[in-house]
Parts: sequence; structure tokens; C-alpha cells
Amino acid sequence: MNIHEYQARAILRDHGIPVPEGFVAVTPGEVRRAAEEIGAQVVVKAQVHAGGRGKAGGVKLASTPAEAQELAGAILGMEIKGHAVRKVLVGPAETIASEAYVGIVLDRAQQADAVMVSPAGGVDIEEVAATNPAAIMTRRIDPRYGLFDHQAGELGRFLYPEAEKAKQARSAAAILQKLYEAYLGSGATLAEINPLIVNGAGEVLAIDAKMNIDDNALFRLPQIEALRDPEAEDPAETAARAAGLSYVRLDGNIGCCVNGAGLAMATMDLVKHYGGEPANFLDIGGSSNPAKVVAALELITADSAVSSVLFNIFGGITRCDDVARGIVQATDSFDLQIPITIRLTGTNQAEGLAILARRGFQALSDMDGAVRTAVELGG
Amino acid sequence: MGIFIGGDTKLIVQGITGRDGSFHARQMIGYGTQVVAGVTPGRGGKAFDDAVPVFDTVAEAVAETGANASVVYVPARFAADAGFEAISAGVELVVIITEGVPVADMLRLLPYAREHGARIVGPNCPGLIVPGVCKVGILPGNIVAEGPAGIVSRSGTLTYEVIDCLTKAGIGQSACVGIGGDPIVGTSFVDCLEAFENDPRTAGVALIGEIGGTDEQVAAEYVSKHMTKPVVGFIAGRSAPPGRRMGHAGAIISGAEGTAAEKVRSFQENGIAVAERPVEVADLLGARL
Repeated sequence: MNIHEYQARAILRDHGIPVPEGFVAVTPGEVRRAAEEIGAQVVVKAQVHAGGRGKAGGVKLASTPAEAQELAGAILGMEIKGHAVRKVLVGPAETIASEAYVGIVLDRAQQADAVMVSPAGGVDIEEVAATNPAAIMTRRIDPRYGLFDHQAGELGRFLYPEAEKAKQARSAAAILQKLYEAYLGSGATLAEINPLIVNGAGEVLAIDAKMNIDDNALFRLPQIEALRDPEAEDPAETAARAAGLSYVRLDGNIGCCVNGAGLAMATMDLVKHYGGEPANFLDIGGSSNPAKVVAALELITADSAVSSVLFNIFGGITRCDDVARGIVQATDSFDLQIPITIRLTGTNQAEGLAILARRGFQALSDMDGAVRTAVELGG
Repeated sequence: MGIFIGGDTKLIVQGITGRDGSFHARQMIGYGTQVVAGVTPGRGGKAFDDAVPVFDTVAEAVAETGANASVVYVPARFAADAGFEAISAGVELVVIITEGVPVADMLRLLPYAREHGARIVGPNCPGLIVPGVCKVGILPGNIVAEGPAGIVSRSGTLTYEVIDCLTKAGIGQSACVGIGGDPIVGTSFVDCLEAFENDPRTAGVALIGEIGGTDEQVAAEYVSKHMTKPVVGFIAGRSAPPGRRMGHAGAIISGAEGTAAEKVRSFQENGIAVAERPVEVADLLGARL
């Protein structure tokens, strides 16, 4: 799950990291009042689940409340990488003496959390890693002991090596310890501050924050789950989650309904291989019941771009008769206007095929044949 | 002996009285696996299907039955602890079928397993099967056949698809291992490739990968440096958009890392023939055995 910058900033502040004050606003008028309250130059930042906000024109400086209001009028409602901007964050524009990057990220290859810091902040860290890897220091965290003080201290001094910046180095070390606590406490797989600045007064401040959350940890973190922004998600994906389905909308016309994530991806790939375009990724999961299949078919057909539906079921835990019953129930409950191609094999295959045959559905047993047929029918 | 499991595997089912645990315990027993005990806290002293003794703790189960492996079907919030309990009791192999285990839990469990010399397979995996001998997990026994092909995969049903294609093409399997679709899993592709290389019954390997992470690239380097047996590959998710999680917690392209194109290239550069479609895995492997 992604959360917004303003939400991540609140988490960091709760963990004692110095974060400048900020106001969340949804109308230009609110932005103006926030700017008046701040009483100085402000920065207005789009709150969307997408990177590259600055380049897209979603981050602007304003000298007066009137200017802030005007700029907010342009930012609110704009689209950044397909995400409509519905909220902005308004905060004081800090004087920036230097910008650094600090982040904690799940390192899959090392199977550990890792802290990464760089004095080259304010830019994309992947770019720094590619062009100037010596400007990044990484330390692995042992989950049993946490981030050691000596590690945090070393990382802090890497950011601020000058003798006269010993105070900033200590501040950064303390911020890293708190960032790791925030990361753990939020079930995060990424927590980054970019930039971490030194302001005109010599204070180290977090002026941007980004966190990604491990969906699997949400069951024990209701306070994090509450941060979910349904408006920032595709309504179809929200509905899918409620129905226990895993769904991602794509741009094509072949609606895919598959059991298992790997097979669902392979099915999309095969649709493309045979000249079609998948309309979605959809995994109905392991223990299927007919109601899930009905929900899946409703989701797929609600997408008006879909001109052909493809079921690809390899029964293991999923039973073919359950899926067949779901298809029958779904086609009973609403009028399916587009062709449907069904591939059904595995557990209880014979029962499933019999159920379908009674309704006049023909099922195929091989994946390639079914995908080819669905692509042809999709036109 | 097969890959990590075999005729001498004496298995505990953790969560044997649950819906999934009971169903799959029966399937495993039916396949010939020695299921020697079940564990469900609070249900100790009963017998599952009048045949398998149920214990409150893994330690009791090990002491009474000499079990050396366990399979975990308990809900996600208890799964990592089930692993800690099994390892503490001296179990050498813990296969975690459960989906939805928090990454942070696995980061704590895996070092514990290493220190105790135990192997974790999974989580979020279908488990292992050695055709004709033993199965641990949920892989359907009716689609496999005995033979020379080793299978290792990050997914479940896609693995069944490939196994089914192989079996229909007359190519049986020495063992099939589903390592799991999560970003952090206990057994890697490389662990399995090494086992297949050393397994006299295996003549060649099919490696089924997907988008996300760099495990396939690491595996490809291992193949070119250390393997004498032929390896063919398949990568799922060529059509997946970046930044979106495709069902599996680990199946996400982050930045430039983890794309299908990168993995396919890595396979090709390291002498792994790459199948465009699942069914081609059988053609490519058959031609190399």
C-alpha cells in the first residue's frame, strides 16, 4: 500500500523526527488560508501516489497567499502519471543550505533491511546510484538488534563529514534511528526522506517523506490501514480487494480471469503473444468459491473496453466445479453481451465441464488454444 | 532421497485440524508421505482421522515421533512463530505454505533458521513433490510423473501448468520445488539448482521465474558458473506494467529492476534457453535431455 507524503510526514513527526509544519488542503481557498497562517513564502505540493511530482509541475513556490491560491488552482485537478490530484500539502518554504538523502529499504537480495544515505539529496537516488555510487553509503540492519548506534553515527558523519558539522551529523544519526523505528512500526518496505535538509539556522529537517507499506503487515496495523486513500485507487481495484480478488487494470480488450498469480501473468503474456492485449491481471486465488467467480466476472465486464472474456483455470486447490458454478451463476444474474472462452483443467474437471455443458458452454483443456480463441473473438 | 525431501522424510503438519491443513494432510498421506504427527495448540492427545497423533507443541511431536520436517498451514499472523517453534524443536526442514506472511517476520525467521541449520521453504509456496515418493505441500499428485526433469518455480498454478505440459510430453520429474512468490523466501533458486546439480536422478532443470527482484539473474550466473546439467527458463510477467504488484507480493517491477526483459536477457547470456510460452518448456527441455 502507498500512503501520501503528508501521512508519512505525520508518522515521522510522531517518531520525533523534525518535520516542518504543514497543512493539507483540498481547495484553493484552503490553500490561501494555510498560506496566510504560515505568513511567509510557502511551497504547495500535490499529494498523489506517483513520483516525479516536481517535474510534472505539481510542486510550486508561492510568495503570497494570493499566489498560493492561484497555483493551487492549477495543481488541484491536474493529472500526474494518471493520478488526479485531489489534495495538496502547504508548508513553509525552508531556506536550504544543503540537501541529503536518507532511506531505509527492504533489500531483497540481502534479505535484510538496509539504510542508505547520500549527501547528494534532492534528486532521484537511483540516478545517484547509477552515476555516482561513491556518494552513497549503505549499512545492513540486523533485525534482531536494530540499527546500531555506531552504524547510525558512521552514516551521519558520511552525510556531514566536516568538523564544524558534528552537530548535524549527530542530528542525522538520531533521525536515522527514529526513521528505523517509524519503518518497523508502520510495516514499511520503504521509508525515505529526500531531501533531508540543513536549513539557514543549521537545523536538520525532513522536508519530504515517502513510505511504502507491506500489505501483508496491515492486519496488525489498523492505524496504518486507516491511512488508505480510496480516492487515490482505481475503484475497480478497491472492489476487487473487498471481494478477495487480486486485480490490476490494464489497457487492452481481453478480460482475463485466472487462478494463481504466476499463471495469471503467463496468461496475459500469452494473450500478447497471440496478438491481443490483456485488459487486466486478475487472480481469483486458491480456495475458490462460486461467489468469487461472479464478482470477478462483474469486475471484468464493467470495463467497457473488454470485448472478450477468457477464463484460464488450472485446478489444484481451486476446484473446476466451483468455477463452473460461478460462471453459470454470473451468466444467470446478468446478461453477458460478449464472448467468453473457458479453459478448465485439473481438480474436478469432469464435474466442471458437465456443469458448463448443461448451459451450452464449451470448455477447452489447453491454455494456448483458449488464449488464441479469446484473442480471435475479441476482434 | 530427492530434493530436500524423500522416503526418509517424517512430517509434522502444523495446523492439521484447520480447513486447509486437514484437506492437504489427507492428500499427502494418500500420496504416500509419512505424516507422523499433527500440531494444533489445545488439541493435543487427539488423533487426526484416527491415524495421526495430534500434539499441542512441535517439541512434543518431535520427541514422540522423531519427525524431521514440518509443513505449516496456520494463518499468516501465526506462520512465522510456527516456524520458530519448529526450528527450536530441532526440525530440519520447514515448508511454509501460508500466504500473506509479513516481510518483517521472515527477516527475523531466516537468520534463526540459518543459525540452527534448518531450511525454510516458502512462504506463499505450493511446497515440494518427489514423484512416486513423497509430497509436502499442495502440489497435485496426479499431474506429476517419475522422470529426469527438475522443476523450480516461484509460483503455484503456473508450475502445475508446466509440470502438466512436461508429463503430457512424456517427460517425468525428479522433483518439483515451489519456492514461493514473496519478496523474502527461505530457499532460493540457487539452493535448488545446487541440489538438482548434485542429484543423480536429475538430468536437466526447468526454472520458472517471474518479474520482481533479481533472484533469476543470480540463478543465471550460478548456472553458467556451476552447472553441468542443462537448464531451461520461463519468465512470467513480460506484459506487466512497472510499479504495479501482480498478485504475488514479490512480483513488482521497481524502477529498472526486476523486468522480464532483463531476466530473459540474463538467462540468454548465461546459456539458459528461454521458453516464450509455458508449453515450450517441455520442447526445450526434452531436446536437451
